[in-house]
Amino acid sequence: MNLTNGKGSMSTASSSAAWRAGDVVPDQFPAGLRVLVVDDDPTCLMILEKMLRTCLYEVTKCNRAETALSLLRENKNGYDIVISDVHMPDMDGFKLLEHIGLEMDLPVIMMSADDGKSVVMKGVTHGACDYLIKPVRIEALKNIWQHVVRKKRNEWKDLEQSGSVEEGDRQPKQSEEADYSSSANEGNWRNSKKRKDEEEDAEERDDTSTLKKPRVVWSVELHQQFVAAVNQLGIDKAVPKKILELMNVPGLTRENVASHLQKYRLYLRRLSGVSQHQNNLTNSFINPQEASYGPLSSLNGLDLQTLAATGQLPAQSLATLQAAGLGRSAVKSRMPMPIVDQRNLFSFENPKLRFGEGQQQISSSKPMNFLHGIPTTMEPKQLANLHHSAQSLGGMNMQVNAHGGQGGQGDSLLMQMSQSQSRGQILNETTGSHVPTLPSSIGQPVLPNAVVGGVLARNGLAENGRGTGYIQVSQSSSMLNFPLNSPAELSGNSFPLGSAPGISSLTSKGTFQEEVNSEIKGSVGFMPSYDIFSDLNNHKSHDWELHNVGMTFNASHQANSLQSNLDVGSSVLSHQGFSSSQRTGQNRNISAVGKPIFTAGDATDHVNANNVGPLNTFFDNSVRVKSEIVPDANCDTNIFSEQFGQEDLMSALLKQQQGGVAPAENEFDFDGYPLDNIPV
Amino acid sequence: MDVGQMQRTWVEYTKSLFREGFLDAQFTQLQLLQDESNPDFVVEVVSLFFEDSERLLNDLARALDQQIVDFKRVDAHVHQLKGSSSSIGAQRVKNACIAFRNFCEEQNSEACLKCLHQVQQEYYLVKNKLETLIRLEQQIVAAGGSIPIEELSF
Repeated sequence: MNLTNGKGSMSTASSSAAWRAGDVVPDQFPAGLRVLVVDDDPTCLMILEKMLRTCLYEVTKCNRAETALSLLRENKNGYDIVISDVHMPDMDGFKLLEHIGLEMDLPVIMMSADDGKSVVMKGVTHGACDYLIKPVRIEALKNIWQHVVRKKRNEWKDLEQSGSVEEGDRQPKQSEEADYSSSANEGNWRNSKKRKDEEEDAEERDDTSTLKKPRVVWSVELHQQFVAAVNQLGIDKAVPKKILELMNVPGLTRENVASHLQKYRLYLRRLSGVSQHQNNLTNSFINPQEASYGPLSSLNGLDLQTLAATGQLPAQSLATLQAAGLGRSAVKSRMPMPIVDQRNLFSFENPKLRFGEGQQQISSSKPMNFLHGIPTTMEPKQLANLHHSAQSLGGMNMQVNAHGGQGGQGDSLLMQMSQSQSRGQILNETTGSHVPTLPSSIGQPVLPNAVVGGVLARNGLAENGRGTGYIQVSQSSSMLNFPLNSPAELSGNSFPLGSAPGISSLTSKGTFQEEVNSEIKGSVGFMPSYDIFSDLNNHKSHDWELHNVGMTFNASHQANSLQSNLDVGSSVLSHQGFSSSQRTGQNRNISAVGKPIFTAGDATDHVNANNVGPLNTFFDNSVRVKSEIVPDANCDTNIFSEQFGQEDLMSALLKQQQGGVAPAENEFDFDGYPLDNIPV
Repeated sequence: MDVGQMQRTWVEYTKSLFREGFLDAQFTQLQLLQDESNPDFVVEVVSLFFEDSERLLNDLARALDQQIVDFKRVDAHVHQLKGSSSSIGAQRVKNACIAFRNFCEEQNSEACLKCLHQVQQEYYLVKNKLETLIRLEQQIVAAGGSIPIEELSF
């Protein structure tokens, strides 16, 4: 029945609704096809424009990837297809490709004078729907409309396949859908994510009866939600249906999620390739830290108590861990986090977890590079990897340190970590540069340490979306935007790093975490965890000496470096993160995020090593906390929680949490990953 | 010179440019793109190309003049020049760029310098030719005639 209708409507829809080109009448197609051309070469740009006009297309040209991304973001349904050059000074064409795929899901054609097999292959793996060799002939351009049609057909096909479900999809998915089998198991639908979903809903629900499926624009927030859901489920077990339920976005269909997931997976796969390398790098880097890690565990226990005591677990634990890791005696139990919101605590953790993971991956000496390719959102894979190695955190720290100044780096890691979740979201959001989320934080000149950047970013984020957690954060925080460029944003935040109590080491950790979170959030927009962190930061008045510790990371690497890396990400969240699932969108944030982290890793020579260790533990703890506080953060935390399983910490945290935090929805069941897992 | 004569000159000149490899089929594409709605298209694009190329050549000269040559940068510039020259149809410039890139890969400063000179030479040659061609076209149009593109059928 539904299917039948679906088919019928499909045909109808395809003829009428398919070409979203606002004013294009179906029978005039492909005339009026709205093309966006991006090329830094003015000669080529002019020629292409003329050729496209001759084909009766509607052409918009820009010579910078950033401009293109912002145009696309401002006008999500304003273009049908994008043609981009590969070699551009401000952003790599592939990164842009990822961003677009993740955020906007538009078909993208790459072009270049370079016809080498590897470059063309890169286009394929990044999800380009075609590759043109310059000089481009008009004949080649005459047929580009086929890519738009093909894409729509594929979307429709998905739609049709689950025609019966489609109808159900159309209804707001507040609760278990009738069509969906008791998906509502989760119980906690992320209502908070609905905010922006309304818009999508409106679009989606247009023609319930005709199954008209307007393209779903995977904004950074949406992507964040997506990533959060995926992380929560676990990348292996994440199936579209469940993700859909978790996301609880009215109007979003299983097909939308399925195709997005596919892209995301591709992106992750790509990232994992890089992350492997990085992990190796990180591991080596972390090794020296081992010693420092050792004490961490003990610290953790201590921290927990302390934290529990003060209720500022996150900060404390981090600090403690860090201190432990760093061998500082600073395990000052002073729980600087004075106000740490429960929420923050939790959220903080989540990001941390992620961070840990991300670190692993990122830590590799080339976090930056990685980021480039990766949409700002951290590669999910990386995060996943992090799970495995507690070191990831360490890695991150290391990286952070390495880069020193690059606040972004640390952030990137964090971001990456949180990215796993937020990736989706961030990706969507990443507008400017994929890397975006990270960059912002990284850019923070304020925080020499990645931490700082992260914190700042977070702060900014926190303000926005405290409640909602991630999504908000990303939005407000120019996460999207800044990753690439504006460290300024981060600086705006008043990072209470200074407040960290005596525990310098701790602070650093804390900040780092936060930074990471914030960074991630900022840049990628996804990490809900950012939000938490920022909140944490804000709340915590404790003057963390994090600056010192965490900052050490950054110190070396000024945000600038990160930024540049982030730039790659273009849209911090621009959903580069997803590169795997979203072919094009990926570029966003993830890449940005990824970069910072990586760079951090590179700098490994810096203090990092120390930081990493403690950080990992911290994350564990934090993660736990997080989950309790912020349901959203759960996604992120899941990732981390898996990795860090500190039972004792967890329980301690939980204890605390329970007191303060309401029913910790700990969706993540931290099984108590022993901190000792920290792979060194 | 009357219009007919100018047109014939124009045709011969253009054919020779193709024959000698200064221009290739891509240039024909540009010429075909020009129409009433855009009568100065070729001139505009060619001017843009001149501007861009000269900037690139300067950047290249500067980059190769450094103590420590950043070959990546050099390569990026050459790549761009290659792209724009191929889009315009300046075949010899494009070919010179291809050779240039090979030496960039080898990180051979001296060879790169030589290539740069080669590229510069080809560029100035084609610039000269194109300017002559455009002048001819403008004269034809000024005299009330039209550019006989159709006679360029190869």
